[in-house]
Amino acid sequence: MAEVKLFRTWSSPFALRIVWALEVKGIEYEMIYEDLSNKSSMLLQYNPVYKKVPVLLHKGKPISESFVILEYIEETWKSKTPSLLPEDPYQRAMARFWAKFGDDKISPLIWEAFIKQGKDQEEALVAAHENLKYLEVELRGKKFLGGDAVGFADLAFGWLANLVSVFEEVTGVTLIDHEKFPLLLTWMQNFMDAPKIRDTWPPRDKLITKFRDLRETLMAKEPK
Amino acid sequence: MANSSSTDVKVLGAWPSPFVIRVRIALNIKSVKYEFLEETLGSKSQLLLQSNPVYKKIPVLIHGGKPISESLIIVQYIDEVWSSGPSFLPSDPYDRAIERFWAAYVDDKIFPSMKLINTAQGEEKAAIVEQVTEGLVLLEEAFQKSSKGKAFFGGDRIGFLDIAFGSMLGWLRAIEKMGGVKLLDEAKTPGLVQWAESFCADGAVKGIIPDTEKLVEFAKILVKMKGAPLGKN
Repeated sequence: MAEVKLFRTWSSPFALRIVWALEVKGIEYEMIYEDLSNKSSMLLQYNPVYKKVPVLLHKGKPISESFVILEYIEETWKSKTPSLLPEDPYQRAMARFWAKFGDDKISPLIWEAFIKQGKDQEEALVAAHENLKYLEVELRGKKFLGGDAVGFADLAFGWLANLVSVFEEVTGVTLIDHEKFPLLLTWMQNFMDAPKIRDTWPPRDKLITKFRDLRETLMAKEPK
Repeated sequence: MANSSSTDVKVLGAWPSPFVIRVRIALNIKSVKYEFLEETLGSKSQLLLQSNPVYKKIPVLIHGGKPISESLIIVQYIDEVWSSGPSFLPSDPYDRAIERFWAAYVDDKIFPSMKLINTAQGEEKAAIVEQVTEGLVLLEEAFQKSSKGKAFFGGDRIGFLDIAFGSMLGWLRAIEKMGGVKLLDEAKTPGLVQWAESFCADGAVKGIIPDTEKLVEFAKILVKMKGAPLGKN
């Protein structure tokens, strides 16, 4: 009976954050894959409020919401390095700020750019770039947002390293270009290749199919 | 980190904002003196734009010249920096996770729905009120578990979740008044009704949460300006 269990789906970027945290810290865990169209009674029991993944189950006690789970992992396995958050309170606040910024601003805008076409897509891209430039600046002089090693904010943005190229292949549009975002692209490559992380990526062909289908469905619903 | 001069700590904010209220209560609990720099409604100061270029929103805490934004992140920062004062989060990581979870729930679910009540009408309004009260019932359950018979989510003293949720009480009451609805009530959320009284009576909170009447008046001004009360701050 594993002490740590993680409820996830094969592709959820939120659940992947937890996979990365556990892998990077060398914490043993059992993965439980959910089918969100047919949620297990366990998932509904452990996350009755949102009924979503990820859920971390530690000694039978469930924790939901990816950032809450990351903080829990950090605090519970204090001796397991690397630390996801720095010691200094100001640096910790910055890490938390960038992580939240990713979910509040970057994620929805990249998504908009992915599902729209023509002028709408252009506008979404402009907005996405406006916000991505903050990340580009943050990366100056750093390999990762966390410094030399992957940290809280890197895990929050990790989905970019994987999904942006999938989105670009499906739409045929460059979402993040080398001229404007050289540091961001380098970061994406470093994250993609980081030990313990590089083996966790969902199969690319499956992702392409999933997002191609999703885009077609969503675009079919759009009024012309 | 004892006695910094009060100019070392600045809060950029505005009296009606529940997010700003969180920061002020947190500083009060830690007995940290600060300079309160009020933004003018309808305009954003140079200092705000400089200190929070990403969101351009209040609250911003400026400590020793360094700005921090996002209210719950600021509250955690305050807890970690002024560590000799009473701590906001419990010591057990699981209990801390529970408080963080519900604090995020207040921001992601409760407050956004509450804001919609004032512009909604008829069936839509009833549905939103239903949604909010269901959410508050969940918080009531969380309160019963977390407080273990004491006055606050944090136990004997105000903690992180108390601050996160309690800061909303001014607007909750204003919305109840403006909308002619009851959100917290004796029947469904008796624990929270008591908790709300204890919270507002606490020394660190007194005078920070505006009177319901003042907020109702302010909401009217916002409607004139932006066409809806509680528009983006």
